[in-house]
Amino acid sequence: MSNATVKELSELLARKACSSVELSHDFINKINELNNSLGCYITVDAERTLAQAKAADARRAAGDAGALTGVPLAHKDIFCTKGWLTTCGSKMLGNFVAPYDAHVVERCAAEGMVTLGKTNMDEFAMGSSNETSHFGPVRNPWDPQRVPGGSSGGSAAAVAARLAPAATGTDTGGSIRQPAALTGICGLKPTYGLVSRYGMIAFASSLDQAGPMARTAEDLGLLLNVMAGHDARDSTSLQRPAEDYNRDLAKPLKGLRIGLPKEFFGAGMSADVQKATDAAIAECKKLGAVPVEVSLPNMGLSVPVYYVLAPAEASSNLSRFDGVRYGHRAAEYGDLLDMYKRSRAEGFGAEVKRRILIGTYVLSHGYYDAYYIRAQKLRRLIARDFVEAFKTCDVILGPTSPTTAFKFGEKSADPVQMYLSDIYTIAVNLAGLPGMSIPCGFGDGGLPVGLQIIGNYFDEARMLNVAHQYQLATDWHRKAPGGVQS
Amino acid sequence: MALNLDDVRRAAHLARIAIDDAEAEATLAQLTRVFGMIEEMQAVDVSGIKPMSHAQDLALRLREDKVTEPNQRELFQSVAPETDAGLYLVPKVIE
Repeated sequence: MSNATVKELSELLARKACSSVELSHDFINKINELNNSLGCYITVDAERTLAQAKAADARRAAGDAGALTGVPLAHKDIFCTKGWLTTCGSKMLGNFVAPYDAHVVERCAAEGMVTLGKTNMDEFAMGSSNETSHFGPVRNPWDPQRVPGGSSGGSAAAVAARLAPAATGTDTGGSIRQPAALTGICGLKPTYGLVSRYGMIAFASSLDQAGPMARTAEDLGLLLNVMAGHDARDSTSLQRPAEDYNRDLAKPLKGLRIGLPKEFFGAGMSADVQKATDAAIAECKKLGAVPVEVSLPNMGLSVPVYYVLAPAEASSNLSRFDGVRYGHRAAEYGDLLDMYKRSRAEGFGAEVKRRILIGTYVLSHGYYDAYYIRAQKLRRLIARDFVEAFKTCDVILGPTSPTTAFKFGEKSADPVQMYLSDIYTIAVNLAGLPGMSIPCGFGDGGLPVGLQIIGNYFDEARMLNVAHQYQLATDWHRKAPGGVQS
Repeated sequence: MALNLDDVRRAAHLARIAIDDAEAEATLAQLTRVFGMIEEMQAVDVSGIKPMSHAQDLALRLREDKVTEPNQRELFQSVAPETDAGLYLVPKVIE
């Protein structure tokens, strides 16, 4: 059963072919068997999980079930979950038991979904390989010598290894899409503001957005239906009428204009990724879509712009970790200033400190205009490029990541090399657009390749339509890594 | 522009992060790489462009001025490093 999709599980539960308790048991057993070698989960709590499953079964028996009542899922450890350890992958929050639930967690619980555990991640979501987690690396189920991507690497690897049918993730510069691509699953970053950030530990607030990770486009839509919605506690949460994101799944792709940005297909993409991406575009053409060349002339600046803006916001957001109200406090210190400095030096890992220092520097007196304001101006140019492109196309297609999964240590010595892993995803966050990644084949060594689908603002239903039609015609999303198929 | 060790130490002080000499040296080398990449931004003319601080053009919502949160002091202080009688304890700041 652990190989079933969310849709299939919801049907099994509705038919009473299985109970949520049975399902949850199955997943807990698999997690116990494989988590030591893969490192997907930081926290599992079988007792809590089974209590939630029991409640879901009771709800169904009472005739009060929603579409996903009883379906288990994993939450990225960036989401506060009341009574569970919530570490954000950091020593700083190594003993932090969240006193409340994030809005996303609340919504999933209200639907009756069952929490399998909290997934591993790059510390404070800063990383593209899951190597910065304080709790050890996550291994890619396709090749344990390789990274699963990041920062939602634990969520991605758990779904790929069938240790969860679905998981939540967050995406500030590609943290849902890039790990989805590297582990051969699907992931969707919604339009900024669609999903509440309440209770989601903040990294870069103008870019952070939560979204679902699963194995099919249809599953992503089911999950987004649960996750999205206005929340007054997040001042950037949008007030929009509720919609069914799967309403257009069945639409044929005939006449759909797919924008192919020339900047996506230049140097930098590895040959195997290029080949799989080209084949996916050819498949869409076969389904009736019409390719249109578009241009995103400022996309090349998205990585430098991001590495000014995201660290600037992070340096401010992470100032709350001071060893006073929660989190790590140094064992020995002198005065208050010394307590702050030692607690933060001990509690944060190297990459997090690096980004706080970058952010502090670009915001400091004398550099603010040259870096921060200039980056904000360039952000507008990057966003405008998309507005122009969407005048002539309905969706944009391209690669998610320039390479397939890389080896541990391969990029960790040089931060700039690591940052360039997100070259195709970052611009989407800067513009606030929705983007997703779906499996589109395999590269050298049998490693998964992801196809990125970028939509116009609030066009998630159309993106899911494209992805679903592609998945009806192909079976890349059904491939499982060796040794984990049930 | 080139970063130097003093810039790194100053940023670390502003960010309230203790940093020793060896760490400052290593950080300088890595930040120099990162700022080398960031410098690419200087090549583009941005005159006349309005800075974009946010993906959505939103005005902050206002709400009625009334108490909406219950008192959860004990719950919130249960995760604090050190408290006493409902207060967070820190080193003495006033002699």
